[in-house]
Amino acid sequence: MITEIGYFALVLALAVAVVQATVPLIGVERGMPSWAAVARPAAVTQLGLTAIAFGALIYAFVVSDFSVLNVVQNSHTAKPMLYKVAGAWGNHEGSLVMWVLILALFGAGVAVFGSNLPSGLRTRVLAVQGMIGVGFLFFTVFLSNPFERVVPAPLDGTGLNPLLQDPGLAFHPPFLYLGYVGFSIAFSFAVAALIEGRVDPAWARWVRPWTLAAWAFLTIGVGLGSWWAYYELGWGGWWFWDPVENASFMPWLAGTALLHSAIVVEKRDGLKTWTIFLAILTFSLSLLGTFIVRSGVLNSVHTFASDPARGIFILGFLVLVVGGSLTLFAVRAPSLRAGSLFAPISREGGLVLNNLLLMSALATVFLGTMYPLFLDALTGEKVTVGPPFFNVTFVPLMTPLFAVMAFGPMLAWKRADLMGAVTRLKFALALTAFAVLVTLIFSRGPVLAVLGVALGVWLLVGSLVELADRLRLFRCAASDSWRRARNLPRAAYGTTLAHAGVAVVILGITGSLAWETESLQVLRPGDTVDVAGFEFRFEGARDVLGPNYAAVRGTFRVTRDGEEIAVMEPESRTFTTPPMTTTEAAIRPTTLGDLYIAVGESDGSGGYATRIYHKPVIQWIWAGALIMVAGAFVSLSDRRHRVGAPARKKTAAAQAAAAPSPQGT
Amino acid sequence: MQLRFFVPITAFAVLAAALAFGLTLNPREIPSALIGQTIPDFELTALKGRERGFGSADLRQGDVVLVNVFASWCRPCRQEHPLFMDLAQTGDIKIYGINYKDDPDAAAQWLATFGDPYRRVGADLDGRSSINWGVYGVPETFVVDGSGQILYKRVSVVTPKVMREEILPVIERARLAGQEVSR
Amino acid sequence: MTVLRRRLDVAALILLAAFFVAAPISAQFVEERLADPAQEARAYALHKQLRCLVCQNQSIVDSNADLARDLRIIVRERVGAGDSDVQVLDYMVARYGDWVLMKPPFKITTALLWLGPGLIFLLTAGGVFIAFRRGRGSAAANTPLSSEESARLDELLKDASSGGR
Repeated sequence: MITEIGYFALVLALAVAVVQATVPLIGVERGMPSWAAVARPAAVTQLGLTAIAFGALIYAFVVSDFSVLNVVQNSHTAKPMLYKVAGAWGNHEGSLVMWVLILALFGAGVAVFGSNLPSGLRTRVLAVQGMIGVGFLFFTVFLSNPFERVVPAPLDGTGLNPLLQDPGLAFHPPFLYLGYVGFSIAFSFAVAALIEGRVDPAWARWVRPWTLAAWAFLTIGVGLGSWWAYYELGWGGWWFWDPVENASFMPWLAGTALLHSAIVVEKRDGLKTWTIFLAILTFSLSLLGTFIVRSGVLNSVHTFASDPARGIFILGFLVLVVGGSLTLFAVRAPSLRAGSLFAPISREGGLVLNNLLLMSALATVFLGTMYPLFLDALTGEKVTVGPPFFNVTFVPLMTPLFAVMAFGPMLAWKRADLMGAVTRLKFALALTAFAVLVTLIFSRGPVLAVLGVALGVWLLVGSLVELADRLRLFRCAASDSWRRARNLPRAAYGTTLAHAGVAVVILGITGSLAWETESLQVLRPGDTVDVAGFEFRFEGARDVLGPNYAAVRGTFRVTRDGEEIAVMEPESRTFTTPPMTTTEAAIRPTTLGDLYIAVGESDGSGGYATRIYHKPVIQWIWAGALIMVAGAFVSLSDRRHRVGAPARKKTAAAQAAAAPSPQGT
Repeated sequence: MQLRFFVPITAFAVLAAALAFGLTLNPREIPSALIGQTIPDFELTALKGRERGFGSADLRQGDVVLVNVFASWCRPCRQEHPLFMDLAQTGDIKIYGINYKDDPDAAAQWLATFGDPYRRVGADLDGRSSINWGVYGVPETFVVDGSGQILYKRVSVVTPKVMREEILPVIERARLAGQEVSR
Repeated sequence: MTVLRRRLDVAALILLAAFFVAAPISAQFVEERLADPAQEARAYALHKQLRCLVCQNQSIVDSNADLARDLRIIVRERVGAGDSDVQVLDYMVARYGDWVLMKPPFKITTALLWLGPGLIFLLTAGGVFIAFRRGRGSAAANTPLSSEESARLDELLKDASSGGR
């Protein structure tokens, strides 16, 4: 019964989406306010209906209703409850329901919180959002129904992939989708602006918070996925340039560029056409990612069961949405009023450089990801584009970006004094030189490691110096600086945090790659191995039983200078449905790095193959990502984002005229 | 001036075309690197209960032959096996079998149960010879011409359609070409 | 590289341990390692460069598959037999094609791939440059204000700040 309600809710949601996509748009174009007013209630209703559908699906998984095909295929009575629930979105059909739910969530968000938007813009945005919803709901209802029944109902399900039975991975899709789908708002804003024929700074002020929120969630999603790979996939790798990883990374790169170019639109009324294009591009990349994951055109460990039929529909949808919006862009963008000018050396110029480098990096990732397909289509030749390609091409493109990020925010608008900015950063330069020296003395490390340290320190200190500079720290009275600190818009703190976060990530990557210690051996009980100054004593292995697996668990006692640090117990788990073996590495973070142990095969006579690592500062990678996300949320809490157009009331207008306007630096 | 705004949509059109075409391709199937080259040198021992295995010399006798890589533990091999049985019964072409990383007893049992279409079977116990053929899974089927040149490789199951539309035509063409050369 | 050096130190330790541990020493899989640690390190590096053909996007050292194990063993044999790194990779490519390499070789068909990033950057930079020029061009059309126009502007500004909204 509940399942049928869920399906019906989806069908209704589709109907509502159709209405939301057409009626308000006609109302706005023809000047019929009652029709235009349909947008907001439609968006909220859509949220309600998709929530009901999603709830019904979750319910079916929670009670293990095996008369529902989706539950049969993706669940099992032996699975822990958390993973039963996560199983709802860990498959193609269920994840689509989540897709439309989040789409409706963001739409309803604009409907409810967008009171300060001009009604025409808001209505158009909601209409475009509705159009996207129509496509996905149509796909779900008619071609990927998660509520399909199976008669007779089997006694048990066929189980979920054991790799997905993991807290990190349970939450990875929701955050990813919040990010992917959140960019739909930026897209809708862009298309709405093209329809209206107008982009002004106010438009950017409204787009940024939504884009920033989506970006933050996507960062969490990508970070979670990477962190999961680190502790789950057995040898401590955390990024493989796998096509599906790249599919989530490309929107992130585009979204980052979008955030930065939108600043120029907001502050300087420039880069408008480019920003509109970026907004379309970012969401298009989200859709392309959806296509890649579900169609089977590319080889990946991540792909859902590939089905060319699904691929055809998604491609068709892609052609409609992306093709349509890009055609609209080609036709309408030229009529957008050009913005103000700026010198190459200026904050705008810095942001343009940011976009230039991010776009080049994006294009590179795109090229590497799609090249096997293109080559196969053209010549039938098969080639693998693996990590070696990306590492050699992506890193050199991002390096200048990291270098410039430190003093970008210090450049003035329109025309800046480069030498002045660099001079103000001499403290950062000095610290960087010092760090390089220390690195060279202690490790005589590879060139890339030294470069990484230099970049990371430069960016970290530079970001802090930039903040200090704004506060006139040490250059005037402390109380003065304090006053400035209190009045500084939160977005400034957000910027510092975000850029510092990137620096921490760079340092984490550099440290863990350059100075990792790896040790592979077969150990017998009682054996001891020394890795990076830690002593690992293998106590032995025993068989253990988990809720739905059998495992071999090894026990290691770790000491340093005779003092016991930890007991670590890695496992090798064998599942039965479906049959698979996974490695549960034992990870122990210490102050300087992670201790990482994976236990593998037995040699049949009491010895076990083991991999022991010391990975310096590797957790900084994800800590840095969290700092970036924190920066985003700090920025989002800035009251400027909640103040949109000036209030209509007279008293408020007078107040606005009298008070100093919230100018950013 | 307006033209540059059409660059994105044009680029997308190209991409969409590539993706559409990509849907018809199979990224997991890799073509053989050995097409047009001679077979590797090898010598495989006999299967249990049979006198002789076979080697590369046997495949250079001047006839176009089929080489089928199979194993008793390979489920899809059972699917295509009847086709080879039928083909063997017509006597039209010689089929050689490479038994890939199999247990000798199990293999002999499998052939006894499902029939033996092979003129000769060689036991590749460690899979090394098969690797020299570029084999990466079972089943795989090769068409080899009279001089020992590999003309065609089929990865995974041979379906009636594949047999009809791909393998038999290749054999035909090879035979015609062989007749022309000898004339 | 530091990592390699450390690995060599560890490998030496293992050799030492080998005196006391009679079992075959190996990676996370239990298989024969090469006696010479330098060669084993080379083999390991080569393993990372070869793709497991029956897996999705994994190297043969990361994969549990049987074929991956066979290929690892072959790599070790060839390294032990004295083949150079290039020769070992060529051996694999001869059997499986370029697809088996994680790093695509530089050929005519992959030229666009390898030259692509640099080209893209130049093209994008060129685009930015042209856009700058175009913007600058239209600015040149703006002539500075004449003195009467400046005076009028001052008047208007004074009006705006004193009264009205």
